[in-house]
Amino acid sequence: MEIMFAIVALAIIIFSVLTVTTRKILRAATYLLFTLFATAAIYFMMDYEFLGGVQIAVYAGGIVVLFVFSILLTSKPGENSEKLASRRRGAGLIAAVATAAVAGWALVSRCCSFLGAKPEMEFYTMKQLGTDMLSTSRGGYMLPFEAISVLLLACIIGGVVVARRR
Amino acid sequence: MEIKLLYFLIPSLIMFCCGVYGFLTRKNMIAILISLELMLNSVDINFVVFNRYLYPQAQEGMFFTLFAIAIAAAETALAIAIIINLYRATQNVDVCDANKLKG
Amino acid sequence: MAPTIPLLILAIPLTMFLVLGLLGPKMSHKFAGWLGVCGMGTTLVLAYYTAFTYFFSGSTDFIAGADRLQYIVFNQDWLQFYDKLVIRLGFLLDPISALMLVVITTISFCVHLYSLGYMEGEKGFQRYYAFLQLFSFSMLGLVVATNIFQMYIFWELVGASSYLLIGFYYTRHSAVAASKKAFIVTRFADLGFLIGILILSYYTGTFNFTDLTSAPAAGGLAYQINEVTAFGAFSSFEGATFMGCSLFSLALILIFMGGMGKSAMMPLHIWLPDAMEGPTPVSALIHAATMVVAGVYLVARLFPLYILDDCTALTFITVVGAITAFYAAVVACTQVDIKRVLAFSTISQIAFMMVALGVARPDIHDGMGYMAGMFHMFTHAMFKALLFLGAGALIHAVHSNDYTAMGGLRKYMPITHITFLIGCLAIAGIPPFSGFFSKDEILTAAYQNHFFWGAWMSMVAALTAFYMFRLYYRIFWWNEPDYSSHHHHPHDAPWVMTLPLVFLALVSCVAGFIPFGEFVTWNGEPYHIHLDMGVAIPSVVIAVCAIALATVMYKKENPLPDKVAAATGGLWTAAYHRFYWDEIYMFVTHKIIFNLICRPIAWFDRHIIDGSMDGMAWVAQRLSISIRPLQSGNVQYYVWVYLAGVLLLGAAAAVCILL
Repeated sequence: MEIMFAIVALAIIIFSVLTVTTRKILRAATYLLFTLFATAAIYFMMDYEFLGGVQIAVYAGGIVVLFVFSILLTSKPGENSEKLASRRRGAGLIAAVATAAVAGWALVSRCCSFLGAKPEMEFYTMKQLGTDMLSTSRGGYMLPFEAISVLLLACIIGGVVVARRR
Repeated sequence: MEIKLLYFLIPSLIMFCCGVYGFLTRKNMIAILISLELMLNSVDINFVVFNRYLYPQAQEGMFFTLFAIAIAAAETALAIAIIINLYRATQNVDVCDANKLKG
Repeated sequence: MAPTIPLLILAIPLTMFLVLGLLGPKMSHKFAGWLGVCGMGTTLVLAYYTAFTYFFSGSTDFIAGADRLQYIVFNQDWLQFYDKLVIRLGFLLDPISALMLVVITTISFCVHLYSLGYMEGEKGFQRYYAFLQLFSFSMLGLVVATNIFQMYIFWELVGASSYLLIGFYYTRHSAVAASKKAFIVTRFADLGFLIGILILSYYTGTFNFTDLTSAPAAGGLAYQINEVTAFGAFSSFEGATFMGCSLFSLALILIFMGGMGKSAMMPLHIWLPDAMEGPTPVSALIHAATMVVAGVYLVARLFPLYILDDCTALTFITVVGAITAFYAAVVACTQVDIKRVLAFSTISQIAFMMVALGVARPDIHDGMGYMAGMFHMFTHAMFKALLFLGAGALIHAVHSNDYTAMGGLRKYMPITHITFLIGCLAIAGIPPFSGFFSKDEILTAAYQNHFFWGAWMSMVAALTAFYMFRLYYRIFWWNEPDYSSHHHHPHDAPWVMTLPLVFLALVSCVAGFIPFGEFVTWNGEPYHIHLDMGVAIPSVVIAVCAIALATVMYKKENPLPDKVAAATGGLWTAAYHRFYWDEIYMFVTHKIIFNLICRPIAWFDRHIIDGSMDGMAWVAQRLSISIRPLQSGNVQYYVWVYLAGVLLLGAAAAVCILL
């Protein structure tokens, strides 16, 4: 398990860094895909099988494919993005490090008290999930579920309208 | 070795910082979008991990992540529609060229 | 009494107004005219029926013993602000409202019928009839008002419809100016009226006439005993003063100010002569018989209140009325336009009624002045409408308003001549015509109040006889101008125009014999009229002398009038120019108000108010231009700023925690 975690954590770190540093946009999308897979692996380790499945299906299967499509539509093959100006890269780096410093400090200082083993959890079945998702009682997610469905519909219509050839 | 809560949060933090870096430095709009996805993902991880470690009897974090994924999908689809539309107009996807709406 | 018929009296003219106003353009002239006449005829019959029922049915609703009562036929809540402040619309029957119903419908019907001939072929014929109906509706609503606020509503409606009628020939500049003048002057007066209403109802807590007037009326000689009788409604006025004047008097004077505007009392009379720009039948209806007596009616309606007050307001009314009567009579002697002569004569006669009300006291012959004023209102409505309609017939025949274009018309227009003569005799106060009786009552009342008022009004009566016969002789005698330039000789009008003349002339002949005091008195108790020979004989003699003078001067063409004019010199010129009232108003409004007040205010508005607004806009614009680059459209720039803010906050939080 520990080995598994080490591999996943390493994958996340490496592929994240690669995603934002590679100059080929298509490769960036591919590294993103690997990052997403690694994330899904974390979900599996957390015993959320369904969530992991969704992560793979929607993110890896849907969004990344979308990215790839749009990249292929908008860039010529073999084209690299120009080298970043060092000033720009330096500024970005400073921002990233500063973020990491502030958030990391908060993590280390505040989350030490939570350091503990992973507690036992009753297996969360699909049936329970489905019932909770469509229940209107306490702990039910009927309203967000419907709101999301409306959002997706609006998104479909919006996408059609925006991308339509005039 | 016990895998502790903090161990999950550190890769997540690094992922987030990568997102920030990418967002700020990239000029290609699709690359910016990819960086955005990275940040979103790191937040998702945090949700799930906190849920699992601190409140294993509840499922809120999991559901939040679920909805966040759905919303991220919608957002990406729409953003890409806009980018493609912009590409039609300007023949590139450079964020610096998309400043016609500035005051 | 069932409310159906009273309701119909109001509803028919209103419906007719809507029908004629909305569907008029689709109708032929003839149809629209006859529709209006039929509608008014129906109203006439219903109003006569109502008045007849009120006076003669003997129902205990209307009469108790010999005393006539006020009877509310219906009183509908119209606007309820809260339980104490309710504005109602209703129908009040009492002697004066029943009287006015008769007067208004009679005159209005005559005018409707007459207009069929007079307005024939005019553009906007249907509109004219619609406005007539609107006017009749508002006037009827005014007289039957159960509360002072309803009266105010209809008062304004009357003003608006008279504005429409005066400005009927809206393509003519003078008509537009006249209608505006009438509207503005009366509006100005109505401001006082409204303030008066508010003061009165604030202290008494009621709008209703019955509540306002019944308490004093029930007390008989109320104004003498109100010191000891604490009227619930009026006790709150106790001690309330404003600028040294009792607030109650002030309220009554302010209310009277509304009446001054509508009834063209000095100094608010200036609109009435100009209002002759309207069609002549309109002058007959509005500016002789109905609207201008609204002020008299208002004072009569609130008369029990006026006598409660220590006669300050009544004295004020008397003084204003007396001055106006004299002024208007003098001016009428010099005018050339026959409608203007009649207009000034109207002002003078209305002032007569005002004086009659002003001199009335319950302890002098049971408030005889009140009865006399109402009597004169009735008879004057008839003969003045007759005179105006006759003048209309003349203008119709000669196509000119000036008597210089007339003369010798008795041969060509015999019916008009006879009826006009009857009108003149009536207004001059020659027995047995109606004006004699009513004027005699007024003079008697005036003499009983004070000899001065009596003598003053006798003098005005003499002037009245003089200028009316001056007019009469100039029109029908004098010498004959050359009518051959017209394509036909002047001739009598068609029957629709002569019929009202004949009818009104007959009424003017017999109306004086109506035992008016039996019907209309201030407190409902019948009063037996008897001629006071000590007043009647001298006034007849005076009138006859004045007529004789007019005969000498104007019967045949002679140089005497010019000599008189030259001899009186400045006075004549001043009277001819109406004592320069219009010029004074022009001076005050244009030179003083416009130049000294409005211009600085306009300057202030343009430069200070607008300037400060412009300055604010300028500052906002500068500011927005300077911060516009922040909104660069560059997403990454936004994120930079955002991130910097978040990090700063985080750092600050960290520092706080560490410390």
